[in-house]
Amino acid sequence: MATHNIDLEKTSVRDINQALHELNGTEDRSEWRITNSKGRHAIAVGIDAPLSVNIEGHVGYYCAGMNKHATVTVNGNCGPGVAENMMSGMVRVTGSASQYAGATAHGGLLIIEGDASSRCGISMKGVDIVVNGSVGHMSAFMAQSGRLVICGDAGDALGDSLYEARIYVRGKVVGLGADCIEKPIEDKHRAELKQLLDKAGITDCDAAEFRRYGSARKLYNFNIDNMDAY
Amino acid sequence: MCGIVGLFAKSEAIEAELGAHLAKMLIQMTERGSDSAGIAVYRNPVTDSIKLTVMAPDNAYDWHDLKNGLLEQIDSDMEMEINANHAVLILHTEPKDIYDWFFLHFPELHINSSGTTIEIYKDKGPPVNVLNRFKVSQFKGTHALGHSRMATESAVTIQHSHPFSTGQDLCLVHNGSLSNHNILREQLQKQGIVFRTDNDSEVAAGYLMQRMRQGDSMDEALERALKDLDGFYTFAIGTRDGFAVLRDPIACKPAVMAETDEWVAMASEYRAIAVLPGADNAECWEPAPAKIYSWNH
Repeated sequence: MATHNIDLEKTSVRDINQALHELNGTEDRSEWRITNSKGRHAIAVGIDAPLSVNIEGHVGYYCAGMNKHATVTVNGNCGPGVAENMMSGMVRVTGSASQYAGATAHGGLLIIEGDASSRCGISMKGVDIVVNGSVGHMSAFMAQSGRLVICGDAGDALGDSLYEARIYVRGKVVGLGADCIEKPIEDKHRAELKQLLDKAGITDCDAAEFRRYGSARKLYNFNIDNMDAY
Repeated sequence: MCGIVGLFAKSEAIEAELGAHLAKMLIQMTERGSDSAGIAVYRNPVTDSIKLTVMAPDNAYDWHDLKNGLLEQIDSDMEMEINANHAVLILHTEPKDIYDWFFLHFPELHINSSGTTIEIYKDKGPPVNVLNRFKVSQFKGTHALGHSRMATESAVTIQHSHPFSTGQDLCLVHNGSLSNHNILREQLQKQGIVFRTDNDSEVAAGYLMQRMRQGDSMDEALERALKDLDGFYTFAIGTRDGFAVLRDPIACKPAVMAETDEWVAMASEYRAIAVLPGADNAECWEPAPAKIYSWNH
């Protein structure tokens, strides 16, 4: 299948996004290669088809936001909000990602081969995020469901006000946020962790090296014993 | 929202085109703020003299009275180069003496910067207009900072525009907003720091000035700023020899840095760095919260 080559020095982001949206709702599996991204914002946002999009270079804010079904690869670094509110499909970043990567995302898989900075997976609602490096502070803040796998270290206040997302960390955790606790890691957890690492193509991490963190469930449910506090 | 850019030359080729590179960077930050724009450039150092950048209310300002008054006041040679409504003065005198004299005799003029190397140019309007007005693309120099402002907490005037001077050859640009600037301003005013506006960033500049007057190094002043300044900020601070970058501990305000053999750059967004030669292969990273980064020649 021929690859569509798009040079962002010649085609506007609005035009390339419109061309991708023309295929929304179809089963089109065409390949798209986007060059000269040069930190531009909102590239490949709002796709709803099983396309394959390769972006050669660094991108700005909100790349691949709201993605459905597509596989988007950024060969470079991302600005804030990569794969924000992703629904399904896969987004891979070969470099590092800025703030709130995968924020509010409902599904799919986000892979960051470098580091993610603060608020990675904030309010995630079902997405799986695998970070080969480390994540910054306030990651998985108010995370509701899905899995966040961190092969490196986690910054301060990890999993603050966590709901039912599961967090796996291989390295050090600077500090846990309110209501986030370490939980025992069982075989079923190691199995899902191995599956996620395999899907992300990470071969040099052993699932046995990770710790598991989750919600103590003391914050988000109404508790009659806390009545005086209301 | 505002945009910040900074460029530090590591080669003579970049120094020769510093202004052109900085202008391209700042134009990329137009969408982050087009209320006003300004730059600080470090170039043409003077010895045994001080260099002032003075800003007049408009381009039609008649600089003759100032020149005659200064010749009488300092009784020695001086140089004056007029650039739109700004003038760069080179004087053989002490900064303190000349400041008081300016306030007394020419209250309509604003001293943007003072030192041996720094020059600060700023005006209302989007970056492209301001950069063209002062022909920034023709500037050579060792390093420079730029700012595009989207005003959120105080008025849009030239005086509210960045960069703000923080002392001899020092300046500050700020993206963010401070929440305790009123009480800090009162405290600093009691200690003799003069503020021209109600702007929060000017308070950060005045804070650093006061700390360094009391003997703090730049890094010490910034360490203390982390404790005393409450709010959101990414700062870039220009010094005679280089620049420093600091983000608040929450680090909501963006910043990205990059380095090659030819230059070091910082910007609010990568697209401002992408315009530099060799950017595709630059080492690129996001500065960590509450950590001071600095470069010196």
